[in-house]
Amino acid sequence: MGSRTPLYDAHVGLGAKIVPFGGWDMPLHYGSQLDEHHAVRRSAGVFDVSHMQPVDVTGPAAKPYLQYLLANDVNKLPEPGRALYSCMLNERAGVVDDLICYYLGPERYRPVVNAATADKDLAWMQDRAAGFDVSVTRRDDLAMLAVQGPSARSLAEPLLPASIRAAAMALKPFHAVEGDAWLVGRTGYTGEDGFEIILPAADAGTLWQGLLDAGVTPCGLGARDTLRLEAGMNLYGQDMDEDTDPLSAGLGWTVAWQPPERNFVGRKALEARREAADLPRFVGLLLTGRGVLRAHQQVLRDGAPVGEITSGGFSPTLERSIALARVDATTAEGKADEIAVEIRGKAVPARIVKPPFVRNGQPKIAL
Amino acid sequence: MSDIPNDLKYTESHEWVRDNGDGTVTVGITDHAQDALGDLVFVEVPEVGAKLAAKDACAVVESVKAASDIYAPLEGEVVTVNEALDDAPETINSDPYGEGWIFQLKLAGDDAGAGLLDADAYQQVVEDDA
Repeated sequence: MGSRTPLYDAHVGLGAKIVPFGGWDMPLHYGSQLDEHHAVRRSAGVFDVSHMQPVDVTGPAAKPYLQYLLANDVNKLPEPGRALYSCMLNERAGVVDDLICYYLGPERYRPVVNAATADKDLAWMQDRAAGFDVSVTRRDDLAMLAVQGPSARSLAEPLLPASIRAAAMALKPFHAVEGDAWLVGRTGYTGEDGFEIILPAADAGTLWQGLLDAGVTPCGLGARDTLRLEAGMNLYGQDMDEDTDPLSAGLGWTVAWQPPERNFVGRKALEARREAADLPRFVGLLLTGRGVLRAHQQVLRDGAPVGEITSGGFSPTLERSIALARVDATTAEGKADEIAVEIRGKAVPARIVKPPFVRNGQPKIAL
Repeated sequence: MSDIPNDLKYTESHEWVRDNGDGTVTVGITDHAQDALGDLVFVEVPEVGAKLAAKDACAVVESVKAASDIYAPLEGEVVTVNEALDDAPETINSDPYGEGWIFQLKLAGDDAGAGLLDADAYQQVVEDDA
């Protein structure tokens, strides 16, 4: 048996299919993953993401510590109430994890890391904290809900603490507000508008039920995966891992190279990697033939393997199969429609496209 | 609780088999199988005329989650396939024993039940699976 979130019994009560995920027993879907996916694109859905791990980084050296720990630069956050997506690298420039780091207040930050990697991440962060006047604290007393979709914010509004309600509704994307021990961020992992809400575990049941009563659809990890794939967002452990550098995973935009004197973990290896002739490219694929793209299928050009799918599946919005893939640079720069993917021994035609596939309910690629 | 009709035969790999009484059988996947797979999004049916041995992988169903092989329950030749599944694979989810059938086999032998499970035996397979 895995760990259970404060909402586990609520999931079971809704008839969820429960699956093990990253050491947790989590809802995969509540009946139909496709219906849940469409609810988020068309109206609003809520995900229990309490398996994600908030970590509080506090103390006089919180900022310089995070500037050393993360490949992106928290100096880009000019004031509290802002959030930053970053990779945390090892010395080989492999990705230890990806995370969102909230800037809460003077000397207070809150990175939120992945469930499956939480123990490893905490140990890594503690080890890197040596020599910094900083505390790294695992927050196991918190739950986390993501309410996503075009109607998500307005349906969530009456359920937010009165002290931060107006401020929460005024948030710009990638901004956040804290109050009454709640942290409400206008962030997400679906390509839709919405909030991610970190709150005391004891408050989670009331918020969850309030959202359901307001007509928000409960959504499981299955829909979370198809939504993030359509949004062109990476999944740790699948699109990148400790042996993959961020440049090879389409995450070059998250690496802050300036200022050159900022020494972050993995910088030296990453600089060498940046100059490497064999640096692969991370691309989107649209299957033009019949079938479903899946992780680990080979990408072919003139019959020869030129790369591999890292995430693939069926796009419910496009009603086509899509994927993220790592391919060699020549292929990425060549004719986008001259490739194929090997599915059960057959070369099925596909086309290289630029993610995202879907944003705010609308297709972003030509079919 | 999954639906296991008494008038059908079953395989341990979760296909159902209906004896059409004319030397042919109709094959699909069980309610338990469609439920375990989740929403189906793609079906690759066998080719008409394909000659199959029992337990040959002959078709593929893909759900939002994964791809699964479908196995021939008996030896025979594929005589009809359900082409409607091309555009509506979800029919297998909504009507696994009816409109969600996958293909029909003309049997090589004359025993449409050879080596197959009855509903009670298949019920046991499902329970052992849980």
